Amino acid sequence: MLEQKQTSTMWPHRLVRYTLFGIIIMVLSIIPWAFGSYGTWLGSNVLILALFAVSFNLLLGYSGLLSFGQAGFFAVGAYVCAKVLIAVPWLILGLASGVLAAALLSLVLGCLCVRHTRIYFSMLTLAFGMMIHSVIWKWRAVTGGDDGLVNVPRPPLSLGLFQLELNNDVTYYYFLLLCTAIGVYLLWRLVNSPLGLALQGLRDSEQRVAFSGLSVYRYRLVAFTIAGSVAGFAGTLMVMLTKYAYPDMAHWTFSAEPIMATLMGGVSTFAGPIVGVLILYFAKEIIVRFTEYWLLLLGSTVVVLVLGFRGGVVMALQQSLPFLATPAGEGGTGTVSEGETNPTTGGTRPDAEPPPADRSSL
Amino acid sequence: MRAKGAELSLADVINQGLVGLSLSMDLWLVAAGLTIAFGVAGVLNFAHGSFYMLGAYFGYTFYQGLELNFWLSLLGAAICTGLIGLILEITLFRRIYKLDVAYQLILTFGFILILGDLAKMVWGSMFLLAPMPEVFQGMITVMGRTFPYYSLFVIGAGITVGVLMWMALEWGWWGKIVRATAADREMAESMGINTALTFSAVFLFAAALAGLAGAMSIPWRAVDTGVGTAIIIQAFIITVIGGLGNLKGAFVGALIVGLASAYGILFFPGMQLFVIYVLMAVVLIVKPEGLLGER
Repeated sequence: MLEQKQTSTMWPHRLVRYTLFGIIIMVLSIIPWAFGSYGTWLGSNVLILALFAVSFNLLLGYSGLLSFGQAGFFAVGAYVCAKVLIAVPWLILGLASGVLAAALLSLVLGCLCVRHTRIYFSMLTLAFGMMIHSVIWKWRAVTGGDDGLVNVPRPPLSLGLFQLELNNDVTYYYFLLLCTAIGVYLLWRLVNSPLGLALQGLRDSEQRVAFSGLSVYRYRLVAFTIAGSVAGFAGTLMVMLTKYAYPDMAHWTFSAEPIMATLMGGVSTFAGPIVGVLILYFAKEIIVRFTEYWLLLLGSTVVVLVLGFRGGVVMALQQSLPFLATPAGEGGTGTVSEGETNPTTGGTRPDAEPPPADRSSL
Repeated sequence: MRAKGAELSLADVINQGLVGLSLSMDLWLVAAGLTIAFGVAGVLNFAHGSFYMLGAYFGYTFYQGLELNFWLSLLGAAICTGLIGLILEITLFRRIYKLDVAYQLILTFGFILILGDLAKMVWGSMFLLAPMPEVFQGMITVMGRTFPYYSLFVIGAGITVGVLMWMALEWGWWGKIVRATAADREMAESMGINTALTFSAVFLFAAALAGLAGAMSIPWRAVDTGVGTAIIIQAFIITVIGGLGNLKGAFVGALIVGLASAYGILFFPGMQLFVIYVLMAVVLIVKPEGLLGER
């Protein structure tokens, strides 16, 4: 009985959400038609960054780990894909090798990174990300150094008999829309799976999850590897969009982009990073027409958000439109009451007294 | 840089060591403020490198724009930067002491953007380089290799500041207050220490140190708005290697990073940055509390 009652109350929510998802896809589909080539270009960037940001939030929002090195995996995906495509112009091979390289690297580095949490995790990912950056910068023979890799081809998508030419930017936009939609859908399924629940449990209380017999290390490693792989995937999509790979793709300031997007949209909601990327890009488009000091406004927005509005835009929407909120028990991606207590939604530190290793004596 | 295939002489090694030392001492002043602020207030300030940038701009304005004496320019830059740090602490940073460290990093990252753009508004986006003050023009010869006087001055200034800070923290009553606040804020408060004031003073001091380092850099490194993001990563590396919040550790870390960059250029030309990131990662993996940290 109880079971039935729950599913019946859940259905309208699900229906609303799927309808919304459909509407968003439809709106995104008409962008090339409605806004011309510039709109298509901007939309393509937003799609890729949205995928990147959602994968980043698997770490920050769902696992409570702030990575400053995701740009490294993005760049590895981009460079490996570019190298492969320049040698063999075969789309699937380029995509697969880029993602595989990012996956392997994030698995290896993840083994080292996820031993730590909090500030040590952030610093370690920063170090590895910048290591990747300095290798790309200096390994001129392979990466082209600061010139980057230019004239990366964008081969057609061929699946057996069927072949789709992607060299047209509008067609590529729809290809991106498809890739992003699949990627985001898979991540959505992931965070609502038992794995996702375990990660959120880890974020809220590591000890409790460890006591219930789950391996803290293994779960975090899986999350890190998935986030790295998807970041690499976003990188491969980006390099085929711009046809150009450059070292700053790996720089930590690029890692900060998904961080800011996630923060704007809302850390504790699944859609937060996507909304954040939309806001970030469209606000920038409008603001740079009036002033060259776009970063000043962006920085001020970040400060205001952190000080007063830590739930982000999506959570504010959910509070005013309750039917958008995820019902508890269906993944719990941040109902409001839950948000008050966990650290990533911006509450106070759960352990008010930091461990002694944090503050050595002066 | 030595020619390919040439033998490495002792003179090269010593000379490069001096270069590394001068680099270390410039970075030390930045890292010291960063680590004190973290040790006392528990805030890891991403925008600390921007204080260095502001110090450099202030120094340039006083020295070149207002044609003040070099020493006065250094002092003025340190004071102005310190005051900006104080204002930021009073208005903003004090609200984030209790927040999760992720939010501290993000908020202070916002300040990198804000301060960078503000500096661009005031000073423009040109590279600014001041001429060498007359006192320091010329070179000293060490084992047949020349070495600028100014670098010697930077080394001396770094060591002097380090010794003064150490003495102040160990001996003075203010040092006791700072140490007590760092160790246990609540306990310090119940002993009648005004901890809010202590935090403000620490931030003022930390920002002033970074400003001083920035102002000292103007004769040998051109300043632009990107200098803040470059320097903060170096400062992070140093504080991580030495142990977050550990002042002695920051000194050792600065020595290691400065010397590693200098010798990195000698032994792995082009890869010196990579060497430093490896150092940082190894310390974090093996001993995350830092070389001089205690568990």
